[in-house]
Amino acid sequence: MSKELWKGNEAIAEAAIRAGCRCYFGYPITPQSEIPEYMSLHMPKAGGVFLQSESEVAAINMVYGATGAGARVMTSSSSPGVSLKQEGISYMCGAELPGVIVNVMRGGPGLGTIQPAQGDYFQATRGGGHGDYRLIVFAPANIQEVVDLMQEAFDLADKYRMPVMMLLDGMIGQMMEPVEWKRPAIAPEDLPEKPWATTGTKNKRLPNIINSLFIDPDACNQHNIRLEEKYARVTESEQRYETNDTEDAEVIFVAFGTPARLARAAVRLLAEDGIKAGVFRPITVWPYPYDALYKIAAQDSVKAVVTVEMNTGQMIDDVRIAVKGARPVSFVGSAGGIIPTPYEVAEAAKKALGR
Amino acid sequence: MAGYVRFREDLCKGCELCVYVCPPRIIYLDRDYTNRKGYHPVRIDEMEKCTGCAHCARMCPDSVITVERE
Amino acid sequence: MAIVYQKTKGLTDAELHYCPGCTHGIVHKLVGETLEELDVLGKAVGVAPVGCAVFAYDYFNCDMQEAAHGRAPAVATGIKRVLPQHVVFTYQGDGDLAAIGIAEAVHSAMRGEKITVIFVNNAIYGMTGGQMAPTTLVGQKATTAPLGRDPGHYGSPIRMSEMLATIDGAAYIERVMVTTPASVMKAKRSIKKAFELQIAGLGFTMIEVLSTCPTNWGLTPVESLEWVKENMLPVFPLGVYRDVTKEEA
Repeated sequence: MSKELWKGNEAIAEAAIRAGCRCYFGYPITPQSEIPEYMSLHMPKAGGVFLQSESEVAAINMVYGATGAGARVMTSSSSPGVSLKQEGISYMCGAELPGVIVNVMRGGPGLGTIQPAQGDYFQATRGGGHGDYRLIVFAPANIQEVVDLMQEAFDLADKYRMPVMMLLDGMIGQMMEPVEWKRPAIAPEDLPEKPWATTGTKNKRLPNIINSLFIDPDACNQHNIRLEEKYARVTESEQRYETNDTEDAEVIFVAFGTPARLARAAVRLLAEDGIKAGVFRPITVWPYPYDALYKIAAQDSVKAVVTVEMNTGQMIDDVRIAVKGARPVSFVGSAGGIIPTPYEVAEAAKKALGR
Repeated sequence: MAGYVRFREDLCKGCELCVYVCPPRIIYLDRDYTNRKGYHPVRIDEMEKCTGCAHCARMCPDSVITVERE
Repeated sequence: MAIVYQKTKGLTDAELHYCPGCTHGIVHKLVGETLEELDVLGKAVGVAPVGCAVFAYDYFNCDMQEAAHGRAPAVATGIKRVLPQHVVFTYQGDGDLAAIGIAEAVHSAMRGEKITVIFVNNAIYGMTGGQMAPTTLVGQKATTAPLGRDPGHYGSPIRMSEMLATIDGAAYIERVMVTTPASVMKAKRSIKKAFELQIAGLGFTMIEVLSTCPTNWGLTPVESLEWVKENMLPVFPLGVYRDVTKEEA
């Protein structure tokens, strides 16, 4: 396979089309606008639907309708726009609708900045909308991984009938990296049937209804239990993570996305000072790989765990849950579009080790 | 006359829209009977005056009324 | 004896939850009858709003989706774009379409979405218990306008048909009412035309139906019919506000 140089945002769009997505609704917002731009040219070529909506609220509701009608559908936005989609995402979860939502994160809160950040971690993993629901949330760290995960995102969305979010920071969306298209493109016709979709009764079946309203409390309670059982199945089988140099390390960095790459650089810097560091990188930030992280953090060799984030500390909550107090957990990072340097990350490790 | 009207009394909510629009004014609420919804459903005694115009049926919000005509 | 009128197959067997005499029920029948008579029930997909008609997905005898408040036209856009040969409609109240969902209504018209919007205007929020709507009349009392709508404070009623008729993507827009058997039959012809224009692919179609709310108006069902004629008609004149077929003729 030959490697091609791709810009993150465009690779995301191309990967979606190759994954059988034939329906995209989006709205311009930096730093993800290349996704709708790419889709506007290539989705029609693939025989699909591209539509720029009047707002991110409209876009997510168009996704709701289109996926409810059986198509593989995607939308993308960046932090403020993803905030506008939260109600729609809650409705998709309530109505058990598949779909892929890409968030190319930027600095916040409010209008924030257009520079990369990771301040939407809580929103993505705890749910920014109303009610008890969860999303599968992938956190790719490079463009090859985004491309590979896009196929799985659509497959898992259909398998579990729930939205899947691709959570990446603006850096990954904006930079270019070599990419291999490892999998053959999928044609929508080859995708499994969706008997629940509103494709028209053709006077042969009872009407299908896509709905999240359960006005009777018992019915709504039962629905929540059904959703909870689904999320338990997802937690059971869909946790993903990557470890580097964690065997017998003294300090473990925990980071997702771009900070994980900074941590890898810090590992090399620390090696020069004779300090053995490793990196634990969650690829799914929901379901979070708690047990896997605990096993690594609880190694006898490990003296400290350092979380690296491009926010003021959000994933650190999950790290503390995972580590269960077995080791001290500290934080290094910066928000608002400023990216920490490998040196700062390495210094944080030294400090955590008391060196 | 030509018309014949049937009511599904159990669906009637006693709103009287049909009573209001019936040209010969032969529909009335049966105050001696309460349906399972707790309403007095409509009734016609003088069916012979019914012309089968179906105004009642068109105005009924709940599809209670079926009208036949010779 | 021949049957002159019977319940349409366009509606399910579910009993309507609407208040006695609420004309939502009539509008439901007209849409159901239209879908049945055009023989499109098998390829129709409807979108229910949030409001009194929130349970409409149980009432129409075709595939249905329940949209978030105000977003039905966006949901319908998603459906129609994926199923262009299907007949797609939304059924919305005045809070749903003219308040929270006005952007979705305007933009689906601007895009010329080939959908049909059934807009039921009863000048009040019914489901939530009688609050003021964008179409509440000046001086009309509501639970959030206890002394009556004061234009100085909250402006005056918005006329959606006239507004959307200025948009090129709109193919057919008419305001009708269902206060008499004659107006009901007229409203049905208009609803049918709207669906026919959708099927012909001419663009966005909307029928605004002046409707009643006996419960929150504090009137009997019969008085409510008269209230529409006496109070709503002067503010919301009936008529065809856009008809691309007429211009071509």
